[in-house]
Amino acid sequence: MTAKALSRIAVYAVLLLAALFFLAPLYVMLATSFKDAEQIRSGSLLSLPTSLNWSSWATAWSSACTGVDCNGLKPFFMNSLMMTLPAVLLSTAWGAVNGYVLSHWRFRGSELMFGFMLFGVFMPFQVVLLPMSQVLGMLGLSSSVTGLVIVHVLAGMAGTTLFFRNYYVSIPKELVNAARMDGAGFWQIFWRVIFPLSTPILMVTLIWQFTNIWNDFLFGVAFSGADSKPVTVGLNNMVNTSSSVKAYEVDMAAAMIAGLPTMIIYILAGQYFVRGLTAGAVKG
Amino acid sequence: MHRTSDNWLPKLVIAPGFIFGLAFIYGFMIWNGILSVTGSRMLPRYDEFVGLDQYVKLFEMDRWHVALKNMFVFGILYVGGACVVGIFLAIFLDQKIRAEGALRTIYLYPMALSFIVTGTAWKWMLNPSLGFPKLLQDWGITEQPIEWLVNPDTAIYCVVLAGVWQSAGFAMALFLAGLRGIDDSIIKAAQVDGASLPRIYWRIILPAMRPVFFSTVLVLSHLAIKSFDLVMALTNGGPGYSTDVPATFMYAMSFNRGQVGLGAASATVMLMTVAAIVVPYLYSELRSKPHDR
Repeated sequence: MTAKALSRIAVYAVLLLAALFFLAPLYVMLATSFKDAEQIRSGSLLSLPTSLNWSSWATAWSSACTGVDCNGLKPFFMNSLMMTLPAVLLSTAWGAVNGYVLSHWRFRGSELMFGFMLFGVFMPFQVVLLPMSQVLGMLGLSSSVTGLVIVHVLAGMAGTTLFFRNYYVSIPKELVNAARMDGAGFWQIFWRVIFPLSTPILMVTLIWQFTNIWNDFLFGVAFSGADSKPVTVGLNNMVNTSSSVKAYEVDMAAAMIAGLPTMIIYILAGQYFVRGLTAGAVKG
Repeated sequence: MHRTSDNWLPKLVIAPGFIFGLAFIYGFMIWNGILSVTGSRMLPRYDEFVGLDQYVKLFEMDRWHVALKNMFVFGILYVGGACVVGIFLAIFLDQKIRAEGALRTIYLYPMALSFIVTGTAWKWMLNPSLGFPKLLQDWGITEQPIEWLVNPDTAIYCVVLAGVWQSAGFAMALFLAGLRGIDDSIIKAAQVDGASLPRIYWRIILPAMRPVFFSTVLVLSHLAIKSFDLVMALTNGGPGYSTDVPATFMYAMSFNRGQVGLGAASATVMLMTVAAIVVPYLYSELRSKPHDR
């Protein structure tokens, strides 16, 4: 065998080992969720479950206990849906309009203001926790899903504006000018020229926002009440609920359920998600 | 044709974004700063000015020092680990690999999951009596199950492991984009000169990737400073407060311990730390890209 063939094999071996390392937690989560308590205690971490036993998934969804409530993950999952969908749509729409102004209708000072807004993408949200909880209290929105929607829209707006602005900058100015010559106004140009070209960035932003807001824990744990906890907080509380016999198979099923929506989107539209990830790092 | 509405309408449309955006970022920043110089305990109150007492108290607390130390230990190992794994994966993937797309998808999927989900999975995998430590014992590699996660001295390294696992694919994606951006002809020329592939990477390609390294390190560092979810899910700051980081400290003080002023002070310190890293970067990014229109 030549040295070249050997080095090819080595490259593939390393890549495959890395793939196993990345897949291991997912495999363990899935395998554990199908085992019963007996298999978990007698078998090993990596052993295959003896059957596809969905009972832990059913328990995790509708009857596992969090503290004294035993309604499973379902209520939290529903809260997450009710929080995530409006927050994603609102923050995306807002970002699109902002990005449109900041790319094709610049005025004196608009770039500077945008520069100041950019810090919102990076800043540690710990800084806004205490003031925000006071504001939510004043508005009568403490511990409500509506309050969480508002927080997520405000927190996400800097990022969505950045996404749309950077994308719209690449749309030729001539296109907009031609439409203006034809007598189109601000909104007409947006709807007839800009918006039809926005599909890729719309996908990137919707997926990015959905993943971020669905996965959020900080705002969820700080601002939610008994009836508005999102699924990340529900999962964390469920796993940390002390019971006489710890049901790891139910914990793993619950973790899978909480991760499933973003996972499905990633599998279906991964390239848009990756574009959002890299866009977050390469700005300008 | 020029409509008069074109002069004021864009400004009106962007106004809410600017007003709410700047209020959310800078207004709350100042508000938090004000809270940090009050004696607020259970609830915010503004009638008791204490100057910098909260900051003095903060830096006299052992728990805060543990949190800062963990931030540095975690930050350095997490950023370094993710970068090293990421650059190796990117270079290997760049060798015209079959099934590159599938491998990339596998390396990156953790980024789509919540840290709470992956933290729950890692906590189970590191379970001393039933998880990976037991596996090592069964295989005869260790005599006792190693109790990494429940040992205060080693628990933070479990957080590092899970963090690197989660983010290495992200670093890989950024590096791979950087590698793909390098002109092939430079590499061809070096090959003609008889340079070996590792040498070409080390001497030519990696130096050319400096800007990509810079932004990757920056993004990962600010994530490290802000990391909260992973610690909450994996160790909840424990055992004791041995894996506390500034973000969990801030949360515990503000929402569990009735030390709002102290929590606000710790948030300000976090803000300063992130700003020290990010502001020069943002400034240079905005300066170096002249207005493209």
